Amino acid sequence: MTTTNEREIPMEELERVTIRFAGDSGDGMQVAGTQFTRTSAVFGNDVSTLPDFPAEIRAPAGSLPGVSGFQISFSSTDIHTPGDEPDVLVAMNPAALKVNLNELPAGAALIVNEDAFTATNLAKAGYASNPLKDGSLHNWNVFPIPISTLNTRALEGLEMTSKQMDLTKNFFALGVMFWLYERSMEPTLQWIGDKFKKRPIFADANKRALRAGYAFGETTEIFHSRYMVPRAPQRPGTYRNLTGNEGAALGFVAASVKANRPLFYGSYPITPASDILHELASYKTFGVKTFQAEDEIAAIGSAIGASYGGAMGMTGTSGPGIALKSEAMGLAVMVELPLVIIDVQRAGPSTGMPTKNEQADLLQVLYGRNSDSPVAVVAPATPGETFWYAFEAWRLALKYMTPVVFLSDAFLATGAEPWPIPSVDDLPDISVPNRTEKAGFRPYDRDPQTLARPWAVPGTPGLEHRIGGLEKADLTGNVSYDPENHHRMQELRQAKIAGIANDIPELEVAGPAEGDLLILGWGSTYGSIRSAVERLQARGHSVAHAHLRYLNPFPRNTGDVVKAYKRVMIPEINLGQLSMLIRARYLVDAQGYNKVRGKPFRISEIEAEAERLIAELRGASR
Amino acid sequence: MTDTLAPGGQPALSPQNAAIIQLTRKDFVSDQEVRWCPGCGDYSILAQTQKVMPDFGYPKENIVFISGIGCSGRLPYYMNTYGFHSIHGRAPAIATGLKAARPDLMVWVITGDGDALSIGGNHLIHSMRRNVDIRVIMFNNRIYGLTKGQASPTSEIGKVTKSTPLGTVDYPISPLTIALAAEASFIARSVDTHTEHLQQTLTRAGFHRGSVFTEVLQNCNIFNDGAHREFTDREVREDRMLALEHGQPMIFGKDRDMGLRLNGYQPEVVKLGDDFRVEDLLVHDEQDPLIAFMLSRLYWPDFPVPVGVIRDIRRPTHDELVTNQIEEAIAARGEGNLQALLNGNDTWTVK
Repeated sequence: MTTTNEREIPMEELERVTIRFAGDSGDGMQVAGTQFTRTSAVFGNDVSTLPDFPAEIRAPAGSLPGVSGFQISFSSTDIHTPGDEPDVLVAMNPAALKVNLNELPAGAALIVNEDAFTATNLAKAGYASNPLKDGSLHNWNVFPIPISTLNTRALEGLEMTSKQMDLTKNFFALGVMFWLYERSMEPTLQWIGDKFKKRPIFADANKRALRAGYAFGETTEIFHSRYMVPRAPQRPGTYRNLTGNEGAALGFVAASVKANRPLFYGSYPITPASDILHELASYKTFGVKTFQAEDEIAAIGSAIGASYGGAMGMTGTSGPGIALKSEAMGLAVMVELPLVIIDVQRAGPSTGMPTKNEQADLLQVLYGRNSDSPVAVVAPATPGETFWYAFEAWRLALKYMTPVVFLSDAFLATGAEPWPIPSVDDLPDISVPNRTEKAGFRPYDRDPQTLARPWAVPGTPGLEHRIGGLEKADLTGNVSYDPENHHRMQELRQAKIAGIANDIPELEVAGPAEGDLLILGWGSTYGSIRSAVERLQARGHSVAHAHLRYLNPFPRNTGDVVKAYKRVMIPEINLGQLSMLIRARYLVDAQGYNKVRGKPFRISEIEAEAERLIAELRGASR
Repeated sequence: MTDTLAPGGQPALSPQNAAIIQLTRKDFVSDQEVRWCPGCGDYSILAQTQKVMPDFGYPKENIVFISGIGCSGRLPYYMNTYGFHSIHGRAPAIATGLKAARPDLMVWVITGDGDALSIGGNHLIHSMRRNVDIRVIMFNNRIYGLTKGQASPTSEIGKVTKSTPLGTVDYPISPLTIALAAEASFIARSVDTHTEHLQQTLTRAGFHRGSVFTEVLQNCNIFNDGAHREFTDREVREDRMLALEHGQPMIFGKDRDMGLRLNGYQPEVVKLGDDFRVEDLLVHDEQDPLIAFMLSRLYWPDFPVPVGVIRDIRRPTHDELVTNQIEEAIAARGEGNLQALLNGNDTWTVK
């Protein structure tokens, strides 16, 4: 056997690599993926990640539904997505292989834990014969490694059960990947030390497993090359890794600080929004009050109560919860109190696929209430943007005294990217005053500019008044059944939201200001669309990308933008919601491109559809 | 207004403060025209509420009335305080958020049997188990009035209404038992027309700190006239109702010659005289949950209907617990630093 020093292993430089870790949901794949992400981000790559976990917390071990995956793409250039297809699949058992193999392109590397390919596990995954031996994997570059055996050997002598030892094998696999891609083990070793501070034996075991995997890479001869993905050019600044749910929580707290009002969060646990509740519950030193309500309705009810009292009342959920909250959202529209409603969308209808992604609640948040009931809607496009649009949601809610929906989704919520940390001093002041002046006070008098009514909170002497869900008389806020008054109030509520268009940035276009094709998107499809458009532009196509962050109201130039191209394509992870709105509103023949598979778009499929539309256009013009 | 604040920033509930602030019933009457049916029991409840309001020592701008939907829901419009007429059943949820955000306010929730026990049952139960410092006053007329006469969760089985032409097949709920199971820290019952008793009960409710559930038996003269007449009418009420007093034996009757005693585990009505003396009777204890449970189950015609305070205990309220956690976190770690929070634990710098 050759020693490390003697062995010369060539180093290949790559621009970008996509790795998918897959195993049983108890195999620690999310941890392995997260650690690889962190290490690569700290190293200086641009990174983008996509966790994919089952709804079952612990499905039967070794079964197909129990497979959990984590995909990370890291690059020496600016990237927008976690990659269409993995270059490397790490499969910890037969089920993980079976679930993921169909997305692995021929020639890709396949690193498998061959110890897990037992008769029992093969049967659970539905394999009639062992794919490692029957030749069925000949299209791929297979590296079978007896991970469990090697790992247990590395842990020999530790006072642990063999079951406990086996739980550390994700770190062995991670160690192999660290060696293969020339990553430092230091950040992970430190993380393990912190994480298992109180259980040193586990810290020791996990560290040993990681080092053993790395050493295996060094000493084994199965790998003929190592790979290096150099640093990406990043703007100078201080960065951290950020998921969309973390970013949202930080944005809301920042808004509370910059509005100088306490934040109140009423929420009921629901995937994939619960992490926002967990995050906010840990921010007690910022005066944040969190309330785990008895149900979705109480969650929004409590938030409305808090806003009525002068706090920043907020509630968060996913689509099924929005359905339950809609009556109370209408109440907030009627009483014109500031309120932020978070919808972290997931695949539906009904319970649907709770851990999978979809962006199909757009029409629900816009129109899913009785009567005309306008609310503002903002939608971040990347995990890092969640911070800024969380902050923006509150700026609008406070300034316009209105409910604002913050529309995120499962992909944004759990996906992560490097985030340049803003300076608190650069964040704008978004505070608004309470009404205290007694003279001339009328509860439904409006600011002539914003049409916001005064915020007169209980405890203010002389401003005692009554509000509620019954129609209000203009100005006085008294109950009114007057027909003309109702018409006027409906128009005022509508005009207030529409007026926000004058207070938000115009829709920006990446690419030519007019031309053949505009691809218009919103939300988490940003990365796939932007990457596809860059490729199309590189091939000389006249294609532009615009991405809406404001879904109500639309930026004021939206009509001009969509009319400046011969074709408009709207990719959405729904069956055509934004495309319906754009067609109805601007009378353009926008073409929807719709896939609902619980997953983000592949870059290549957007590219292909765009080329089809361009070819059609060329054909038409001939 | 600082002179009315007790330690901790909360305006004190005390007759002394009431003397300082010197409000009267009239201060609590709003300029809105009252629009309940003539003869409705709600008029009396409104009047008694306005009457006792000056007693608590709260400036009126610190008092909030929140209601749901139903005839009872209109009451906040008639109180010259802050008021919020919300949506069906959700008043306790809104009040919970308000009180958590603003512990300095005195919050009343006005509701009815349909609003509280049917569509809003979940919120009612959970506000009580959390000991949210709100005063829930439930008008119980055993019918849906605002929607013109359908059976409610407290309607008696077999009741013929527009929605139940052959009589309802749903058994009625026992509101006080629900409140007890949900651990409300104050539970009471009174009657719309028994004005003095109602004032006393509302006063006790107002001074309580924690979750109050007060059932007010109320007559709907349009859709369920005489809902409680069998035991509330002037001629019979003393014989058919048991007015509870803490620490006092449970005696009732025009001639004060009837009483309630325990026979084994079972309550039993006895006549005082040769066989039973006052010492044999149950003594009311507002802190005893078993007595409270038993009382919550007694109803005419098998027993006299208990009225008054059934339970009154003190334990930390929801807003106190929420505020304590925040104060303790700040005491331990200092006030939050936003820049440090945004930075997190794991940063890298690109030069």
